[in-house]
Amino acid sequence: MRHIISILIENEAGALSRVAGLFSARGYNIESLTVAPTEDPSLSRMTIVSIGSDDIIEQITKQLNKLIDVVKVVDLSEAAHVERELMLVKVRATGKEREEMKRMADIFRGHIIDVTESSYVIELTGDTRKLDAFLDAIDRSLILETVRTGVCGIGRGDRILKV
Amino acid sequence: MQLTGAEIVIRCLQEEKVEYIFGYPGGSVLFIYDELFKQDQIKHILVRHEQAAVHAADAYSRSSNKIGVCMVTSGPGVTNAVTGIATAYMDSIPLVILTGQVPTAYIGQDAFQEADTVGITRPCVKHNFLVKDVKDLALTLKKAFYIARTGRPGPVLVDIPKDVTIQKAEFHYPKTISLRSYNPVIKGHAGQIKKAVQLLLDAKRPMVYTGGGVILSDASDKLIKLVRMLGFPITQTLMGLGGYPGTDRQHLGMLGMHGTFEANMAMQNCDVLLAIGARFDDRVIGNPAHFGQVPRKIIHVDIDPSSISKRVKVDVPIVGNVPDVLDEMIRQLEASQSRPDEKALAAWWAQIEEWRARDCLKYKMGKDVIMPQFVVEKLYEVTGGDAFVTSDVGQHQMFAAQYYKFDKPRRWINSGGLGTMGFGLPAAMGVLFANPGATVACITGEASIQMNIQELSTCKQFRLPIKIINLNNGYLGMVRQWQQMFHGNRYSESYVDALPDFVKLAEAYGHVGMRITKPEDVEPALREAFGKHKNDLVFLDFVIDPKANVFPMVAAGKGLSEMILAEEL
Repeated sequence: MRHIISILIENEAGALSRVAGLFSARGYNIESLTVAPTEDPSLSRMTIVSIGSDDIIEQITKQLNKLIDVVKVVDLSEAAHVERELMLVKVRATGKEREEMKRMADIFRGHIIDVTESSYVIELTGDTRKLDAFLDAIDRSLILETVRTGVCGIGRGDRILKV
Repeated sequence: MQLTGAEIVIRCLQEEKVEYIFGYPGGSVLFIYDELFKQDQIKHILVRHEQAAVHAADAYSRSSNKIGVCMVTSGPGVTNAVTGIATAYMDSIPLVILTGQVPTAYIGQDAFQEADTVGITRPCVKHNFLVKDVKDLALTLKKAFYIARTGRPGPVLVDIPKDVTIQKAEFHYPKTISLRSYNPVIKGHAGQIKKAVQLLLDAKRPMVYTGGGVILSDASDKLIKLVRMLGFPITQTLMGLGGYPGTDRQHLGMLGMHGTFEANMAMQNCDVLLAIGARFDDRVIGNPAHFGQVPRKIIHVDIDPSSISKRVKVDVPIVGNVPDVLDEMIRQLEASQSRPDEKALAAWWAQIEEWRARDCLKYKMGKDVIMPQFVVEKLYEVTGGDAFVTSDVGQHQMFAAQYYKFDKPRRWINSGGLGTMGFGLPAAMGVLFANPGATVACITGEASIQMNIQELSTCKQFRLPIKIINLNNGYLGMVRQWQQMFHGNRYSESYVDALPDFVKLAEAYGHVGMRITKPEDVEPALREAFGKHKNDLVFLDFVIDPKANVFPMVAAGKGLSEMILAEEL
């Protein structure tokens, strides 16, 4: 099953490699990983999407907690949460496709953030499935380049991950 | 007062009451060695290879529960030390390893003797640090000692660039420390312990299974009290030996791949299992699916939550420090009105005695050839069962574990998790520094001993009267045993040709050497070594049966009760 694991970790050199190293050393899978400092610059928040059985996910959270730099670990997907991912897509936009591409971006509530005579860069946020759906909806041959941040997520309502 | 980084290092070690540093100097640690030279509180033990420094510090800790400290230089100093660090990590031994690093401005430029120490050692330390600012040095060392000894112990490495050892900072060594990201659980959950106690009282076929956690947390006394109170059978892992007296009737011997018939059968067939400070590893329970075929309730006490339900699903997990949890169990048992089911227990013991009567450690005594088991038995007799025994890895290690009945904790020093050949001799050195005047035997083989034989020189320098019990069969014995049993007798590269004359070798290093080839000479040689040569290092080269095998044996991937016994061959 797909799980979204949120980690609060000391914002120190090498912290990311401790987490990444743990996953590779123990053979756990990483679908995506995002990390950035929080409002408290001494802490980073990391979101890892992993696929595994409940036993594996339990081991992953235990092993993460064992890392000295890790302050807190939560499996967001255990309860209500929201998740978002940001994608930038550079597409060919010429002729009649230029207008069509603009319409598709609007339907998916994306923004065109760069325009040239022959291309657009479209910014899109949403959960993973929405971004996948957009790529499926447009003509594949028009895609010049895509870049995605990976999922970040947060618990709904009173679920707060804080020191 | 402003001190240099090098001075700060030494002051911190003094504050931690460090007696010995095991190490080897080099370019990047020269300033620290210079400060070491100027004081006499901390003694430095110069080894002949960095791997030995770590093993010695490791055994110093295993045999005393103090933190072992070692220091090596950057680059090759560190890479040589890695095997030692990984050995300590697998067995959860608290160490602080100080490593030199090239100056901060050179890091990343492929400087002379540069290695990414923090990167290389990350997977085999509990934690590691690179100190880039001298102002952080004292606090980092404080953290290192704190992290190494608390929770599930382990090695912590502090990498110190050369320029940091020259720069100055105000010295302040904090008395206490707390880390927001690291708070090991000490007390077990009282409700869980209550559930556990109830399960134990209701058990018909109970079993206690303990590991290295009992030794590491000094929980021996409490374990003995609990097990005697309950009257249950107990088995110990390779790492747990000595936690409960090996000669006690309730002790069924070691379990696992080379465990006793009675221990493995009782482990497999029990209905309630109390696991304490042990981790159900592959050499202990064999095939987990086979182990799971018999329904049983498992209580698991461990300070590391990630050890619980890792390989075997557990019914009552108890996260906590072993002695604290055992204390609470004893308290609840004493307060309880009920007692274990006497009748069921008597029937269970009758079954166990039947298993025990198989006498699975029986072996055929040769008339002309020395059996390795016999040497260990005689060593046990001659040393009164009270020696510190270190070992290397292989058949001799298993013979030592099976035939030397350890009655006290911290007497059996071996590399259980990583299985590091070359551990025994440097480990024996570490034991002697932690326990001056103690009787120390290193049970080894002709292959293992050669992996750190250069330490005979260190032993000479520091006059360490270790008795090396070399069980010389001319083979990588355990490899040969597997090849015999599972690879059609094809002894691929397991024959050790061109062995040195160990007697002459020992003498060349200034020690005493003996070669023993006949069974009747075994005991006299041991008596001479531990008597007349009490104060010498004696290398006893026992020429043993080259085809002796370790039994019982659970083949890899098989179930615990699917043992191969010596009598069946």
